[in-house]
Amino acid sequence: MSETTPLTDATPTALQRLKVFSRRTFGDIGPVGYFLRFAILLLFALYFGLPLLWLLLAPSKDQFEIISLNPLAFGSWTTVIESWKNVNAYVHGEIWLWFGNSVIYVVSSLLIGMAISIPAGYILAVARFPGRIPLLWLTLITMLLPPSAMVLPLFLELNLVHLINTAWAVILPACFFPFGVYLTYVYYSSSLPVDLLDAARVDGCSEWLLFRFIGLPLAKPLLGLLAFISFNANWNNFFGPWVMLNNSKLYNLPVGLQSMIASTSAIRPGFNTTPGLLKFQQADAAMAGLIMIVPVVIVFLISQRYVVGGAFTGSVKG
Amino acid sequence: MSHLISKAASGLNYKWRRSLSTYLFALPYFLFMVAFGLGPGIYAFLISFADFKSGVPRYFAAGLKNYVTAFSDFRFLDTMTNIAEFLVVSVPLGIALVVLIALLLHMRPGRLSSALRTLYFIPGAVTGPALLLLAIFMFSPAMSPFGFIQRALGYDSFDLLIAPERLPIIFTVIGFFSGAGMWIAIQYGALEGVSTEVLEAAKIDGCNAWQQALYIKFPLIRPYIIYQFILIFAGNIQLFVEPQLMGTTWISANVPQQWAPNQLAYSFAFDLGNFGAAAAMSLLMLAVGLGAAYFVIRWTGFFDIKA
Repeated sequence: MSETTPLTDATPTALQRLKVFSRRTFGDIGPVGYFLRFAILLLFALYFGLPLLWLLLAPSKDQFEIISLNPLAFGSWTTVIESWKNVNAYVHGEIWLWFGNSVIYVVSSLLIGMAISIPAGYILAVARFPGRIPLLWLTLITMLLPPSAMVLPLFLELNLVHLINTAWAVILPACFFPFGVYLTYVYYSSSLPVDLLDAARVDGCSEWLLFRFIGLPLAKPLLGLLAFISFNANWNNFFGPWVMLNNSKLYNLPVGLQSMIASTSAIRPGFNTTPGLLKFQQADAAMAGLIMIVPVVIVFLISQRYVVGGAFTGSVKG
Repeated sequence: MSHLISKAASGLNYKWRRSLSTYLFALPYFLFMVAFGLGPGIYAFLISFADFKSGVPRYFAAGLKNYVTAFSDFRFLDTMTNIAEFLVVSVPLGIALVVLIALLLHMRPGRLSSALRTLYFIPGAVTGPALLLLAIFMFSPAMSPFGFIQRALGYDSFDLLIAPERLPIIFTVIGFFSGAGMWIAIQYGALEGVSTEVLEAAKIDGCNAWQQALYIKFPLIRPYIIYQFILIFAGNIQLFVEPQLMGTTWISANVPQQWAPNQLAYSFAFDLGNFGAAAAMSLLMLAVGLGAAYFVIRWTGFFDIKA
């Protein structure tokens, strides 16, 4: 309810002006609330942002500067170039082998995963068949099971079929994407005209044709979202590949990064397993870390279109 | 008569063909689910009763011995206490702060809110060794941008800061940094789903933004909060990467080699070769995960599937 100034008053008083200003700026939050909200959000912005900023600046400082300079100061471009060179020199540029592996693993499990998940989610949404409800139950249950509980048994399982220490040990488990199936199911449930499908069925249209000409084309928005989620989950996958892979040539980025850092003096000063190994400094470790993080940030920023606020919930606000 | 039979037969044929193609849609997924979803759980169950002394599993030879080995290990109780402490700190704090931030952001939707949500989300890209690297530097009072706080609290060095009694809160701080962004995005999405009509009606009745948040938005996103609780609980019980990396990369007396139960399982498997005991531990963690799954399915009515 807005206050109306009495018709007799020609000029608003200072108090009235203040009140109007307050209402316009602070709305229904109120001035105290406004600053409280601002302060809290700012605090968290610092909590999340300062470490990122530090990480971005770390490759520019050598091991003395990194302690002596202000944590958020920029060191020198020379050090940045140095750390880039050092990271590349580690076992003849193995980091790029790991990078390539990561890309292969992520893209493979994305393609295979989507190829099996989308049809499954689709058929769960549009057809009634015995076993449909149990399959949905199982999807939900496995979706909620933490992957790290399964890593050891998975290791033993893959060991049985001699797939340990191969790329398949990383790719195959990642193709099981229950979250993707559930999302697809919810998506098709709310967007497919079931009557249309029934009519086509009565006319003798096969399920496959239905999927190909109605289901698939409708899946385009879903593809972007699924791809983003799958990429995020698999690019950073550490525990599984760490257990499955022994051969450093097969490592993905997280595992490779771990082996690189663990064997250098960047974190344990004075500890150096391989004599003759280039002295690895904090700047180099930070540079390697950035190489791992940057693709995720890029993919995230690109896919902002598909991941609009509430897309994770899988529900579309009508 | 015969034409009726042939009609019936062709009808059956048609239905059978349709059923077959329907199943084919779901079959690859089902196979992968058995292999990589259900299979490991079942296999772990089998293995937990196997004897590994000879290096090769002799199934059902060990009876309950593996369970005894696992549960009576001198480290078992410590790992359980550690993870319990971690859960008590991380779960309520994690959820409360995520919900608070989401509510605050939603009060004024706009460019700033959107930019902040992105900022909060980006640390999710920092995981595994990169996260640990960052953590070690952030917790080193000499190098960290937060150093002045740490030094003011009396912690002058990394070793002083990372003491065993502080590990639950340390891992909470690390985990929140990496994981909160995604949950904030999810809860924000849930808030977007709250009916604007209800909010407007409340506003007309004189409700300010804070009352809206507390009495309308918060109760309406309850299912999502419960969902978050279950997932964070089940996920945090599985804590492995941070304590493992911290314990092995930075060898310090302050971080025991097996701090979390999952690390104990790992140690049974790869230090002692006793996969049976490892499987027993894994199953214990799995059981808790299943328990959480059961709760979520009951509480949130996840099974109200549109038939």
